[in-house]
Amino acid sequence: MKAEVKLDDLPLQDGEGRKPSAAPARRERAAHAGRRSLLFRLASLFRSKGTFAHGIHPAYHKETGSLPIRRLPFASHLVVPLAQHIGKPALCCVNVGQEVSRGEVIATADGRISLPVHAPATGVVEAIGLMPAASGKMEECITLRVYQADGQEVRVRKPRDVDAMNRQELLAAIQHTGLCGLGGATFPAHVKLDVPAEMGIDTLVVNGAECEPFLTCDHRIMVERTQDLMRGIRYAMRASGAPRAIIGIEDNKPDAIAAIAAALPDDGSISVQALETKYPQGAEDTLIYALLGREIPAGQRPAAVGALVNNVMTLAYLGRLLPAGEGLVERVLTVAGPAVESPGNYIVPIGTPLRFLLEQVGATSSAKEIILGGPMMGMTVSSLDVPVTKGTSGVLAFAAAATAGEAPRVYPCIGCGECVKVCPRFLNPAQLGLLSGKREYVEMAAQFNLDRCFECGCCSYVCPSHIPLVQQFRVAKAYNRKNPVT
Amino acid sequence: MSMELRTSPHLVSDRSVERIMKHVVLSLLPVCAFSVWQYGLSALALLLAVTATCLATERLFNRAADQPSTLGDWSATITGVLLALTLPPAFPLWMGAVAGFVAIAIGKVLFGGLGCNVFNPALIGRAFVQASFPAAITTWVPAFSAQRFTEFAPTTFTVPLMIPPDVADWVKQQAVDAFTGATPLARWKFENVTASAWDFLSGAVTASAGETSAILILAGGIYLAARKFMDWRITVAVLGSAALTAWLFQMVDPSHYPSPTFVLLSGGLMLGAVFMATDMATSPVTPLGVWIYGAVIGVVTVMIRYFGGLTEGVMYAILFANAMAPLIDKYTQPRVFGARQQGKKQ
Repeated sequence: MKAEVKLDDLPLQDGEGRKPSAAPARRERAAHAGRRSLLFRLASLFRSKGTFAHGIHPAYHKETGSLPIRRLPFASHLVVPLAQHIGKPALCCVNVGQEVSRGEVIATADGRISLPVHAPATGVVEAIGLMPAASGKMEECITLRVYQADGQEVRVRKPRDVDAMNRQELLAAIQHTGLCGLGGATFPAHVKLDVPAEMGIDTLVVNGAECEPFLTCDHRIMVERTQDLMRGIRYAMRASGAPRAIIGIEDNKPDAIAAIAAALPDDGSISVQALETKYPQGAEDTLIYALLGREIPAGQRPAAVGALVNNVMTLAYLGRLLPAGEGLVERVLTVAGPAVESPGNYIVPIGTPLRFLLEQVGATSSAKEIILGGPMMGMTVSSLDVPVTKGTSGVLAFAAAATAGEAPRVYPCIGCGECVKVCPRFLNPAQLGLLSGKREYVEMAAQFNLDRCFECGCCSYVCPSHIPLVQQFRVAKAYNRKNPVT
Repeated sequence: MSMELRTSPHLVSDRSVERIMKHVVLSLLPVCAFSVWQYGLSALALLLAVTATCLATERLFNRAADQPSTLGDWSATITGVLLALTLPPAFPLWMGAVAGFVAIAIGKVLFGGLGCNVFNPALIGRAFVQASFPAAITTWVPAFSAQRFTEFAPTTFTVPLMIPPDVADWVKQQAVDAFTGATPLARWKFENVTASAWDFLSGAVTASAGETSAILILAGGIYLAARKFMDWRITVAVLGSAALTAWLFQMVDPSHYPSPTFVLLSGGLMLGAVFMATDMATSPVTPLGVWIYGAVIGVVTVMIRYFGGLTEGVMYAILFANAMAPLIDKYTQPRVFGARQQGKKQ
């Protein structure tokens, strides 16, 4: 689930523009939690699992959820971008021809909202320069030639006693792991966890919903790396000051719920909650509503309602990397789709080109569309030279027919209102679509809350006229960004 | 390997305009079959003539505008079938053709075709012929006559632009008991005689082809609602508000006002509530808006029946609510998730 994070959304620095004390924030929140809770609790009487209003039930295709995580071999060359996270790109600190060891820092963080990059394999730096990236643009990358004869152990590591660290040391150590939001948001983990105490975070929400069809890597992580996850949750609670944590998991993953329930600590500070299997259950505001009954005010971050959301994959890697003092050199991701012969969850070194990855899993020649991330919010790539990065939660290979197929005929809006019924933000996509047809982009934002759209794709999914609503909204938003109303 | 670049979402549901429309046609077929069984050849001829005219008109305008054919979306078929079901079974075919042409040409194409029309096209067609041929549209023939499958009503093949022949003598020959030549609504209005629920359900009343099969219409509606091809909230709002209004009037003066059951089953209310008020293009989309829209139709229908000059009010009630739909949408925009808290702070 890609959360919407923009650069101007970054948490404010300590002491700047904050409320003077925590008390008003708490009172306000308590009052508004009370307002919500009557309806929410009433609804809770009739169901045992958390959920939200609207949303869709696509075919989930979670077949890979039962397959254990496997390791893929190293490609001959790894292409490691310097900007794999939101914030300033890392600064390259190696030279062409230099030998690097797996786990060694090859690019350092440029300031607070930035992350270092670690060598994903032992090898030699072959080039530093522009390479194709997922965005379609060329980006600054370090190309490594991998020593195939090497054992590829992580040799560069500084094990440390995490329990002895104070909060600042903990946050600094988290930054050194190079960890960002692995669900796809790629927001630096240490910045996200660095919530000022006066914001009064009371709950760490751990996102194990994994509502995107096809993706099952979070599922496998919860089943196979439960201890890493629990450790990571405790670190995150300490770093953020949250006294409790709730893990929300869609109920199509009973084995994950069971595995976590068995590993919960006795003090009751961490709990697990089943969620209805419904897209987009894993979006930040729907997840917080489903678990806590709190509604994030428009335009604000989860901290406004005392919550902080982290993905299970991020926290599982946090629990694994932090005590070992290692950097993020690989990640688990799902490779699936109708055009893949052996779909599954694989440990893939950062920088592995998609071409190599797809060869390894036997992508068939019918593959026409390669998607990074899930099918609802992921993006297609134009080149197989694009590498796997920290934020790549899935690589899906679709034959043309499996997705939209022969581009279906686009009819005018027939006003069926189905999009209004599914929009999790309660927008009116039909009206927005009509306005975008007339290029009334300013009106869309001013009157119909265009900016609240987070492009989950529910409206496009259900539209019987096959109107590319989300795409139209993207165009409108881009136009409004370029032509701000003064 | 050629790569396709698309934007998310990369999955689409199997809903499509054609599918929705096809299912609406499908659920109308039992109603059509029942009306043919009741009225025989005349009803069948009218159904075919009106639908064919609608399709031909749509195709004609496609050609005129140099556009590909839009018959494949099935919407013109729905308009034709619905229009035919609102006409008297012995309606002259040429008048039916006029209704079909007006429905598509003025009711739909003029506004820009599928999805752009403001009013329900079938009702535009009917309103036109009601104003143009007031005698023919209130000329009724008996149901279940013995010769209905062997001969046409004398009015069916009226020469275009000529006045239809009188059917009184022909009706006498049909040897049907208790045929009054007036619809239950007219009999209530002018004679204060109400028909029983059984009369309606068995089809033993005088009415348009599609007005006498409440059960089949409801069954079609339930099928469509279950498959999510129709917005059940509108139907419930229409029927509920009509029943409630009728009940209130009956409480006030039981001797004059009929029961809610009579109001629900008589005239075109059932057909209108299930198949016409729910027309997607001409109804609101907001969660609150659909209830308001439906309630307006129900209340206005009863008001026209009770206090208007016409015996039946469903058609104008729906057209009236169609005109209101954009306004209703405008003033019932849903509260955006997270918006209320922000409003409180300001």
